[in-house]
Amino acid sequence: MGDRPPIVIGAGPAGSRAAVTLAAAGLAPIVIDEAPASGGQIYRRAPAGFTRPYRSLYGFDAAKARRQHEMFDGIRSSIDYRPDTLVWDLKPGALHCLAGGQSREVPYRDVILAPGARDRIIPFPGWTLPGIYTLGGAQIALKHQGCAIGRRIVFMGTGPLLYLVAYQYAKAGGGVAAVLDTTPFAAQRRAVPGLLRGGGTFAKGLWYVAALRARGIVVANGIRPVAAEERDAAVSAFVYRNAAGKQRRLACDAIAFGFGLSSETQLADLAEIPFAFDPVQQQFLPERDSTGRTPVRGIYLAGDGGGIAGADAAELAGERTALALLEDRGHDVDKPRLAAIERTLRQSAGFRVALEAAFPFPADLAADMSDETILCRCEGVTAGEFRREARALDADEINRAKAFSRCGMGRCQGRVCGPAAAVVLAAALKLPLERMGRLRGQPPVKPIPMAVVT
Amino acid sequence: MEAPQFQRLAERDRPVIRFVIDGRSCEALAGDTLLTALLTNGRRLRSSEFGDGPRAGFCLMGTCQDCWVALDDGTRLRACTSFVADGMRIVTPSTST
Repeated sequence: MGDRPPIVIGAGPAGSRAAVTLAAAGLAPIVIDEAPASGGQIYRRAPAGFTRPYRSLYGFDAAKARRQHEMFDGIRSSIDYRPDTLVWDLKPGALHCLAGGQSREVPYRDVILAPGARDRIIPFPGWTLPGIYTLGGAQIALKHQGCAIGRRIVFMGTGPLLYLVAYQYAKAGGGVAAVLDTTPFAAQRRAVPGLLRGGGTFAKGLWYVAALRARGIVVANGIRPVAAEERDAAVSAFVYRNAAGKQRRLACDAIAFGFGLSSETQLADLAEIPFAFDPVQQQFLPERDSTGRTPVRGIYLAGDGGGIAGADAAELAGERTALALLEDRGHDVDKPRLAAIERTLRQSAGFRVALEAAFPFPADLAADMSDETILCRCEGVTAGEFRREARALDADEINRAKAFSRCGMGRCQGRVCGPAAAVVLAAALKLPLERMGRLRGQPPVKPIPMAVVT
Repeated sequence: MEAPQFQRLAERDRPVIRFVIDGRSCEALAGDTLLTALLTNGRRLRSSEFGDGPRAGFCLMGTCQDCWVALDDGTRLRACTSFVADGMRIVTPSTST
């Protein structure tokens, strides 16, 4: 099999650390990154010419972001780094990537997948209106572009990101109208013992809530989204029910929302890694062991792309996975280091469970979605159309429901609607979510120009 | 000009970029993505092909594919992962193409 360099796909915390570990062992990995610079989403670098310091961009994570960037920059000259490059297909022995309008076939011996994650959402009436973004999107507008997504913004959903982004906006002088958490306060109180195991993360969370309240910003728990209202072709208000069941209306010109994260799994799917339903994340995830090895020889998986565990765990997983690859190539590796990493990663698994308990995915919002709500924003398919087509043609799992309704058939290939659509289908059929299966991927994993493949 | 969706909170001291939206001269700043450039000049990027109205992007990270726009020569660009450049001529038709 010769001396093909290993390939790392993704240059976020996991991919960066994997690349550095491989470089330190004398290998010169090819690192393929869709972004123009390393850092992934959490440590996304500002464009050239921007002047805000790291403390302003990354807050508590400033030191980590700097270390990540410097660590990767330090190996740039000894690796084959390919930014602005999309891996659009992956087959045994070769992958296809697109850069500068040209596609190349790149043969490989071994690959570390580190594709990361995306926001997880549940549609509500009016959610496709201009001015409504994911929490991650709102954070990118601020961090990467120095912009607020609006003048008066409602932050809604659940998860640590809800509080972090709202706080970042408040601190940067953005107009935060309210922070509305679907999780009841009681659930979060119950989850405290588990959250305390996560060390600094819980304390940070409390700090953000206190800081928001100190600025007079309403922070409410146990809310239920009702609808976004429209005026002049954009969002003008957010209607919700508070914990006491009373309907409230907040004037706003932007909404940022999300309910945790989903793993990006399309390349793992093309690599033919078997998937299993993960009850904590309520998503089918590619199988990998504690070393980062998958059942497919030569394919490794590190970071949030195999299950959401956060940036710190992703870094460690990136190193652990690179060491597994090195072992499999016959290199000697530091065995105590392997054991130490695996110990730390086991602890983070417990924290994941606590985090999900403190910020549960409100599946009932999806199950109860009104028929008029757009479910698939790419194809304009409402929840009612989806339910109707699925029932009429006896779709008993998500791929058939997609084929009959077009839901999931659009440009995003089910990334946005997938989790909610599966819950809608399961509820309509009165079957467990796991029975709905998972949307199967096809290349290209993102839209590419026809000219590239013809 | 239509009220902008995005509000600049920082990084205002950058070279000005001049570009065109639907024949109208507009300004942005160097380092703006096309999405930022368009949404600091208005509140929409395109119209949904399915008649449910205007769209202005969603995820800002190249995942949702909601922000595709076109140049007047037909080139299609994902606005959130493309940077605005001097002289760009964007079209945002109000009916589906």
